[in-house]
Amino acid sequence: MKTVSELLTAARAGHTAAIARLLSIVENDEPGATEVIRATYPQTGRALKVGFTGPPGAGKSTLVSSLTAAYRKTVPRVAVVAVDPSSPYTGGAILGDRIRMREQYLDKGVFIRSMSNRGQSGGLSRATRRVVSVLDAMGFDVILVETVGVGQQEIDVVRVVDTVCLLTIPGAGDDIQAIKAGIIEIADLLVVNKADRPGADEAVKDLMQMLNLGTPRNDWRTPVIKTSSNLGTGIEDLMGAVRKHREWANQSGEAQRRNADAMRTEIQALMRERVLRELERRMDPKQIEDVVSQVVSKRLDPYGAVDELLGPEAKG
Amino acid sequence: MSKPLRVVVAKPGLDGHDRGAKIIARAFRDAGMEVIYTGIFQTTEMIVRTVVEEDADVLGLSILSGAHLHFAEEICKALREQAAKEVLVVMGGILPPPDIPKVKESGVAEVFGPGTPTTTIIDFVRKWHAAQ
Repeated sequence: MKTVSELLTAARAGHTAAIARLLSIVENDEPGATEVIRATYPQTGRALKVGFTGPPGAGKSTLVSSLTAAYRKTVPRVAVVAVDPSSPYTGGAILGDRIRMREQYLDKGVFIRSMSNRGQSGGLSRATRRVVSVLDAMGFDVILVETVGVGQQEIDVVRVVDTVCLLTIPGAGDDIQAIKAGIIEIADLLVVNKADRPGADEAVKDLMQMLNLGTPRNDWRTPVIKTSSNLGTGIEDLMGAVRKHREWANQSGEAQRRNADAMRTEIQALMRERVLRELERRMDPKQIEDVVSQVVSKRLDPYGAVDELLGPEAKG
Repeated sequence: MSKPLRVVVAKPGLDGHDRGAKIIARAFRDAGMEVIYTGIFQTTEMIVRTVVEEDADVLGLSILSGAHLHFAEEICKALREQAAKEVLVVMGGILPPPDIPKVKESGVAEVFGPGTPTTTIIDFVRKWHAAQ
């Protein structure tokens, strides 16, 4: 097995297998993960990072595949990170996004990585940000990030990419769905995908009306774009909108603000992870099980259980 | 927490009978592994790139087309050249018995014929992993 510094050298020279190994090291938090992040972090921030989120079956993978091909006509290297859900019972996962991207397999300028969300509920896994950041440092020009199929509240992607595209499809719900809070608020671009289907124009109209109801948080006007991977239409429009959003974000200071927010969240998450790991290390698993059975049999309440586990000095 | 094993399940060549591949993909998932499912009609280059990019530990090939000798040799050779680590290659499908030693010589660790319980395959993979 190669050392981390050997892997870094090979990966920087473009060796696919070395890049893939580095991603696993940060994904699994293997020994060396800290070294990888430390060595790559200074080179991040150059790639165009675009996120794709939306309900299952909205066509995320297929659209990402079309965009990959389109971006490859303009830049030498494109990476795709596609996240799928893990089983809540076994932790296993079937990662099937590559099936929709098979046309890009043989393009040497494309790197595709599938990830399991490993039980995280925000639409990505805990390590997705780190994986994207390593790809960024490895010199990929464009990184497309696809979330698991989401509902209304999975918004982690906003902390990983520069521009979030929220996909919907014609007939996906009435206009009340569209004015609810949550995921719709983090969308920088709204995409009505599968626009070759009936009802696409109505969906666009509903979304436009919804956008006009609210008070905007800033002077970005979220566009609504129709795309169809079947017909191959709308891809150029979408790329144009992404470019416009990026220009706006850089000029308005939104990009810096969002990056600071994301880093704050990342640091807090890392602190939580470390503190939790330290606590678990100090705790006897038998003691935890004992407290659980006391709570189950109603001899103790959950708050009391935490007091018992953490000791008197941590009483809330 | 130990990291989940990553398994690529692929069907090389021109046969579209993917029920076996889907069953084994599901069995690997239910055993707690992360399965990258590539679907049917895969070429050697597509499969090898998938294994390399996904940094997979295991490659499960499902072949019913009769082209097992060709694919076993080509895929195992390419993996030795390109993968960053040793990849366990297992094969499922219908092979004439005299061909089994031949694909093993190419680098396939084991062949699982029709009727093999999925638990046998999972156990085989787990034993290999434990020995690593």
